[in-house]
Amino acid sequence: MTNNQSYGGADHIEALLALADDHLILGHRLSEWCGHAPMLEEDLSLPNMALDLLGQARNLFAHVANLENCGKSEDDLAYLRSDREYKNCLMVERPNGDFAHTMLRQLYFAAFMQPYWQAMEDSTDDTLRALAGKAEKEMSYHIRHAGEWVVRLGDGTEESAHRMVNAVVALHPYTDELFEISAPLQNCIEHGLLPDPTPIRAPWQAMIEDIFSQAYLTIPDVPFPQEGGRHGRHTEDFGHLLSELQYMQRAYPGMAW
Amino acid sequence: MSKQPASTPLWEVFIRPRNGLNHKHVGSLHAADGDLALQAARDVYTRRGEGNSIWVVLSKEIIASDPDLSEENFDPSSDKIYRHPSFYEIPDDIGHM
Amino acid sequence: MYSQGLIGADSETEESEEFLAAFQARIDREEKIEPNDPMPQGYRKTLVRQIGQHAHSEIVGMLPEGNWITRAPTLRRKIALLAKVQDEGGHGLYLYCAAETLGVSREQMTEELLSGKAKYSSIFNYPTPSWADIGAIGWLVDGAAIMNQVPLCRCSFGPYARAMVRVCKEESFHQRQGYELMMTLTEGTDAQREMAQDALNRWWWPSLMMFGPHDSESSNSDQSMLWKIKRFSNDELRQKFVDATVPQAERIGLTVPDPDLKWNPEKNDGEGGYDFGAIDWDEFWRVVKGGGPMNRDRIAARTKAWEDGAWVREAALAHAEKRKQRMQAAKVAAE
Repeated sequence: MTNNQSYGGADHIEALLALADDHLILGHRLSEWCGHAPMLEEDLSLPNMALDLLGQARNLFAHVANLENCGKSEDDLAYLRSDREYKNCLMVERPNGDFAHTMLRQLYFAAFMQPYWQAMEDSTDDTLRALAGKAEKEMSYHIRHAGEWVVRLGDGTEESAHRMVNAVVALHPYTDELFEISAPLQNCIEHGLLPDPTPIRAPWQAMIEDIFSQAYLTIPDVPFPQEGGRHGRHTEDFGHLLSELQYMQRAYPGMAW
Repeated sequence: MSKQPASTPLWEVFIRPRNGLNHKHVGSLHAADGDLALQAARDVYTRRGEGNSIWVVLSKEIIASDPDLSEENFDPSSDKIYRHPSFYEIPDDIGHM
Repeated sequence: MYSQGLIGADSETEESEEFLAAFQARIDREEKIEPNDPMPQGYRKTLVRQIGQHAHSEIVGMLPEGNWITRAPTLRRKIALLAKVQDEGGHGLYLYCAAETLGVSREQMTEELLSGKAKYSSIFNYPTPSWADIGAIGWLVDGAAIMNQVPLCRCSFGPYARAMVRVCKEESFHQRQGYELMMTLTEGTDAQREMAQDALNRWWWPSLMMFGPHDSESSNSDQSMLWKIKRFSNDELRQKFVDATVPQAERIGLTVPDPDLKWNPEKNDGEGGYDFGAIDWDEFWRVVKGGGPMNRDRIAARTKAWEDGAWVREAALAHAEKRKQRMQAAKVAAE
């Protein structure tokens, strides 16, 4: 069956992979913090968020593997594609930078994903519908945790405020891509498989503005938004991320672990 | 290393495992304020479904009884056996009372 | 319940014969000692040192395993490893808090770790060059740690014992995930089996060293046993570990790297046990004193995290102060 527009078709799979990749790559980035956080308490919080994301990535890859039904496992999908085949948005692959960067990136992403998962509760894809309830709650917590930190760092010391502003300047150009509607996604929206991100834009913006107002931050003008991830065009850092992620599977192909 | 860093306050954490039970002391942690303390308590002490409600209280706000006074505080109650049901004799045929 | 405000206020204990005898009598009655109770200075010091070392070991112990989180070969393994390393952070946190009930702050303990004044388990000064090291650490290092930690759940000092109950409960999956990982390797290809054997070869002796010097060389042991901080001697625990682990290695076709290892039916009061070869104590002391392959890297990594995080901790405190002042100002304005 090569009907791109129906359940289990190529577009459905492509759009699900983009969603799965977002969760995998951000979870991977967050996991890099484990053991290196600014305080022991955060050494537990950051992995908690990473585990939420990696758990959802696993669910989504398993769903795709099931739909494809060609003997591929969740790990084949997560580990054995070429860089151009990963369709995550660019923001999630950005290096962690300092704690301000990491928390802001988490806020941007979760503030998008929380309503997006919520909208998936009406999906015609049963599996997504089943995943949505739990994922939405996880994202609510990420918003709260990251949001509290953005406020504290924005309204903390001179240094932290400065670092927070730098993070906004560095990361805001990547936020547009969250709302991008690729051709596969467009088909999925039309068939009720995945939600349209467009209606989420205004509440997302309102939430960020609210948190920014408490943090003495402003949303910057972005003359040149960055995108390309949904088409497999990644930043230079992504290749290095993949070379770590895929190291074992590439060095020892075809083995069970 | 920065000069004599100010220390982040210590909080005591209490968790209620489920409705119907008391909040119970489970440990402590460091956080700059109450909101962060609650979030840290959630991340540190409820990773395995240990509870559905959290209290945090600044450790320095706790007023503790003095262990040196523990004899005068607590020994006087040990011989007040009339406060316990077994002090009173009721015939067996009355049944459970 | 204890109050930070009271801690240390009454730390001047009169260490008369009578005082020490009364304290020992409490210990002998299996009464738990709580933070504000009178206690000999030696007892307090021993605990601060031991709990501190234990906490540092958990925190430094996050590094060798953390080295593989981003390279774990499957999603299942990645998630399990991340959860395990996170648990170790939690264990360090519980332990620091237990030590803090004795009046030392986490900042103080951290400074002592970073300056090299405080020690941590020497095992974490070995590198993890291969994925099989993650299996070996879970199986052997956590296995040895559990042998040590289970008796500590009955330690005479309440906060330490309670922290250990929590730690032991959480750690029960750690050793299993390590052994399962090793088993999967031994059931795999030649390359995987080689990887597993190589890891066992490198981790076996350092694991035996984890129990500390022989009883005859261990200066603090007797007093700690008397105070029921420790319940078993180093050599007793080491023997238990060898007896439990050798059959586990055989079961998955791995060879313990000790030519002198031999079953001895007379051992353990006739129940049988393994005789094993001499431990290289020169290596042990070298690593304890900072000469292990990874000592400098471990401390450098912890120092970097602590220094890089300073501005975050300061910002959180500054924000809390601002909030407090704003609330007070609002209160004043309302009056």
